[in-house]
Amino acid sequence: MYGFEYHKPSSLDEAAKLLADNEEASLIAGGHTLLPTMKQRLAAPSAIVDLGGIADLKGIREEGGNIVVGAITTHDAVAGSDVVQAKIPAMARLAGGIGDPQVRNRGTIGGSIANNDPAADYPAGLVGLGAIVRTNKREIPADDFFVALFETALEEGEIVKEVSFPVPEKAGYAKFHNPASRYAIVGVFVSRGPQGVRVAVTGAGPCVFRVKEMEDALSGNWSADALKGITVPEDELNADLHASAEYRAHLVGVMARRAVQAATA
Amino acid sequence: MPTVTMTVNGQQVSRDVEPRTLLVQFLREELGLTGTHVGCDTSQCGACVVHVDGTSVKACTALAMQADGSEVTTIEGLANNGELHPMQAAFKEHHGLQCGFCTPGMVMSAVDLLKRNPDPDEDTIRHWLEGNICRCTGYHNIVKAIQHAAKEMRG
Repeated sequence: MYGFEYHKPSSLDEAAKLLADNEEASLIAGGHTLLPTMKQRLAAPSAIVDLGGIADLKGIREEGGNIVVGAITTHDAVAGSDVVQAKIPAMARLAGGIGDPQVRNRGTIGGSIANNDPAADYPAGLVGLGAIVRTNKREIPADDFFVALFETALEEGEIVKEVSFPVPEKAGYAKFHNPASRYAIVGVFVSRGPQGVRVAVTGAGPCVFRVKEMEDALSGNWSADALKGITVPEDELNADLHASAEYRAHLVGVMARRAVQAATA
Repeated sequence: MPTVTMTVNGQQVSRDVEPRTLLVQFLREELGLTGTHVGCDTSQCGACVVHVDGTSVKACTALAMQADGSEVTTIEGLANNGELHPMQAAFKEHHGLQCGFCTPGMVMSAVDLLKRNPDPDEDTIRHWLEGNICRCTGYHNIVKAIQHAAKEMRG
């Protein structure tokens, strides 16, 4: 890992200023993507701005019927949260299935979504529920936030502050995980609620995507059977040593049906 | 170089470090606490697990600076006046190790599990150990050791 300056601001404004003053700066929260990337010298920021000292970014609260999760809230905190377990149990299970216990003790929701790894779990959760990402500058609907492979709508100097989740009537998540990394080979999040019916797929393509045909089918008949025969085209799906595009396309159907079966109120 | 201050195994320590110093490097190379091991160095294997403010983390994937002001416990901090922690004693009793390389991380991880769940079943233990890799034992005696320690610690 190359050397860098280290800063630990105590407010979001101060963090934004540090980012603006250091062109090659990176934000760090849990560091479970950034530090391995830096060790491989795939990233070499001139400065690290540690968000760990900004108390406002941590925690889970209910606000106007939504569940709001601060950017540096760990996966473990989301998985173990009483309010998340009560209101969106599928989200608690999603968070509890990321990585391993020690990764969940450090990794954060903000870090995960800002990185937008194609195999990460949270992008499916956010798009699958129609969440809103709040930054230090604006609000971005999840559908617009995840743009492409490792690319988000975040602009230079923009920092994720929190994520607001609408509470669904029903939601479920099913993931076929890579047994070594626990990342999703395919993960599907389904929900029915204030944002209508949503089916969001992670792991299969370069970026999280929705499957409209499945959403339409589930809108008419919320059951795993309604998804029978619906396939996704494999042309744009990922293929690697873990799974071919054809296999991933197959898994999208299987995971979507399991997610509906797992869906709880 | 910035100064990092933390409490390690009950003692406050302060050192000037390069910001890129990993927590595990700080513990091993600055403090000489070599019980915490570096295995994969990619947050997969769990040989470097220590407790930071009471929860288990992989010390290879944290900067020492991120632990500034924290309470850190390493494997060296578990025994009390020369008496093994019940988890250490259980690993010894049940032969929960062969080469011993993964053992400090296994023990620290298992102690965190019992803090959360004093009476875990076998499935829960095996699931919890997803982030700790052992290439000798097949995990069988590790799981037995943790079950035994849980019983001992419940009293």
